[in-house]
Amino acid sequence: MKPNAFNILIAGEAGQGLVTVGHLLAKSLVRTGYFVVVTQDYQSRIRGGHNTFAVRVSPDEIVAPQESVDLLVALNAESVSLHRGQLTPGGLIAVDVAFDVSGDLCLRIPFKELSGRRFANIVALGVVSFLLGLDEELVARTMDEFFGKRDLKIAEQNQEALTKSFQWCEGQRSLIEKLRPVENPPKRLLMNGNEAIALGALSAGLRFYSFYPMTPSTSIALNLASRANEMGLIVEQAEDEIAAINMSIGASFAGSPSMVSTSGGGFALMVEGVSLAAMTETPLVVVVAQRPGPATGLPTRTEQGDLEFVVHAGHGEFPRAILAPGTVEECFHLTRSAFDLAESYQGPVFVLTDQFLADSSRAVAPFEVEHLYTLGAGAELEGISEPYRRHAFTESGVSPRLLPGMSQHLVVTDSDEHTEDGHLTEDLLVRRQMVEKRLRKQKGILEQVIPPESSGDSNPDLLLVSWGSSRGAVYEAASQLTSEGRRVATLHFSQVWPLAPEQFVGLLREAGEVVCVEGNATGQFARLIYRETGFLIEKLVLRYDGLPITPEFILRELNR
Amino acid sequence: MVTLDDYGKYETAWCPGCGNFAILNAVKQALVASGLIPHQVLFVSGIGQAAKAPHYLNANVFNGLHGRSLPVATGAKLANPELTVIVESGDGCNYGEGGNHFLAAIRRNVDVTLLVHNNQVYGLTKGQASPTSDTGFVTKAQPGGVLAEPFNPIAVAVAMHAGFVARSFSGKIDHLADMIQQGIAHRGLSLVDILQPCPSFNKVNTFAWYKQRCYVLPDEHDPTDWESAMKVAREWEDRIPIGMIYRNDRPAFEEQFSVLSDASLVGRQLDKAALAKIMEEFA
Repeated sequence: MKPNAFNILIAGEAGQGLVTVGHLLAKSLVRTGYFVVVTQDYQSRIRGGHNTFAVRVSPDEIVAPQESVDLLVALNAESVSLHRGQLTPGGLIAVDVAFDVSGDLCLRIPFKELSGRRFANIVALGVVSFLLGLDEELVARTMDEFFGKRDLKIAEQNQEALTKSFQWCEGQRSLIEKLRPVENPPKRLLMNGNEAIALGALSAGLRFYSFYPMTPSTSIALNLASRANEMGLIVEQAEDEIAAINMSIGASFAGSPSMVSTSGGGFALMVEGVSLAAMTETPLVVVVAQRPGPATGLPTRTEQGDLEFVVHAGHGEFPRAILAPGTVEECFHLTRSAFDLAESYQGPVFVLTDQFLADSSRAVAPFEVEHLYTLGAGAELEGISEPYRRHAFTESGVSPRLLPGMSQHLVVTDSDEHTEDGHLTEDLLVRRQMVEKRLRKQKGILEQVIPPESSGDSNPDLLLVSWGSSRGAVYEAASQLTSEGRRVATLHFSQVWPLAPEQFVGLLREAGEVVCVEGNATGQFARLIYRETGFLIEKLVLRYDGLPITPEFILRELNR
Repeated sequence: MVTLDDYGKYETAWCPGCGNFAILNAVKQALVASGLIPHQVLFVSGIGQAAKAPHYLNANVFNGLHGRSLPVATGAKLANPELTVIVESGDGCNYGEGGNHFLAAIRRNVDVTLLVHNNQVYGLTKGQASPTSDTGFVTKAQPGGVLAEPFNPIAVAVAMHAGFVARSFSGKIDHLADMIQQGIAHRGLSLVDILQPCPSFNKVNTFAWYKQRCYVLPDEHDPTDWESAMKVAREWEDRIPIGMIYRNDRPAFEEQFSVLSDASLVGRQLDKAALAKIMEEFA
């Protein structure tokens, strides 16, 4: 069933303040009780270039972005020609009266008269808010909180521009249907994927975070840096990604739960460190926010092209887990799980996300901080036998991890193959035993694998398989097909490594047609499933143009 | 009282005549003279013959990747500033593979003592040129001799106003122990560049070569005078100064983090109230 949703596209140049308008609009909508899905599309430049900020809004729960546009807010003339084609029948263009635009259903706004050009973005906010039926006072308060009280004069001018645009709208004929009001909405937060990862990490007890700036991961760093003092952690910008990962490993070894985040190219530099964390059995959470490659690729766009890279990253053989959030809530919870797994199995654990989810703000229920379990670092001293051996052989492969300087015991570890007490060795029997000890940890990780979520028809003609950020789009595409009478089910993976075939292979075998939906050009996840289960998914829906997977895209591809 | 015995005695994998033996002894002397108990000390090393040194004494050890000891040491020190953190690795590790980290560590000025075994050659990989090999130095990998200018770590460190810059020689064990002890006592990054022979792969810069050239800086040298330190830093070839070349009292990196003012990061409890407040900002 197609949800009752409305899609607003704000388009213009970088530097026109469209992200501010979009954010304030989304926040006001969430405060009014609506669900939103934000999609940001921007070029890799600070000023100029064509950018868009899309807010899909609905009184009902929505989980995916939408391509077609119901309201286009064009902050420049170019935006009209670029996006006119996306307008739904009856769709409206809101545009400056100064631009020569005609033909479609058009709301021509006298920006200059209402504000002078300087506050054009606030006028746009006012007009859209009015059209959707938002409360002026709520929007004004949201705007005030955002800008703060730094400059009273500007705050006043903002308010004036907002009021004037509301007043101007009242004199216009009604052009679109206002959003259905939500009665007594529960409180929700407006949060994007990167913000949720930062908060999830803080809630798990993150104490040390090192990074080198790289889009689209950087806002994790900015979120953490702004909270570092109040939450008692250190955020350090390293000289390069190699330093970043080694610093975090050093901090984790010394007893601080640690994390790094980056994107493909930066992760390539970190790879030796991944192997180091595995060999020294040091807990480490690595967030990889994907963007299209190879090399610099499309720095500000999205892709799911680094799955195989992250599965295989690091020389040598060692256990790992890779979690792939599909929603903002999962960004929070799976980041917490990553810390738990890293500490439990003493090695690298990955959170694999992408630009779309990183920048996509949604309405989420507040996370219950009070009831979250908290994590520690290292083992209790009690029960440690002497002499202490950091890499003692155990049945689970997990050796009690003491922290250097926190007891009389000496903690020794080495990137070379080492003895149980952590010293370099070339004893080849010990080598074999150590390899086996490390790999035994994979069994524990496997026992904790998050099963894929299946939904929809229990005896489907069509099964859509997906992972990570495409979750919502696949779910909505399946709902649409179901409403058309098709027998459709979905199978979504939030953990992509390791795979536990017994959890899902039956569903694959029993379904009529199986289609894997992925944001890459070669079907990496389908290949992984084939490797691990022998089940070949022949039909693939693949997107690799830098844009997020949408329900419309999936439906188009399925119909080809 | 801590004694040399507390730091143990181990069999090593070094060639006879290697400068590493004397450096290892000097390190132990310095630790004892500093009154440090083994569990208070964390050695971080990279890869190379020098990087094996921490395996031959009793202490906490993180023997990491080639070139990456400084970032690991930085992370460990920030996590737990109560640890005495010492990086011990060679010229290839610190000045070649880890060159960017060397510059960044000087800029940060974390309280880490950086001991660089500098024998001007790669020992572990059997005799290739190192960043400090003199121009013209012939090896199997550089059969026509090294074309590049040697890296001068002392001059670079002084130029960057490093907090503590010293040089010593493995042939002067008491002098070396003294430099290391002072480096440990200094709050901030302390570079001790240690000249040492490699009898197997460096037939030019031999024990006798260094012994003939190294001279202890006279008392008149004022290590707080940057310009004269810069002059001393550029001396090489016929006469090589050893001793305290330059120092200043820049604040240590970790002292500038307010979160470290009352406790280390290790063992901290989650402040749920603060987190709930942050969560509220998204409402």
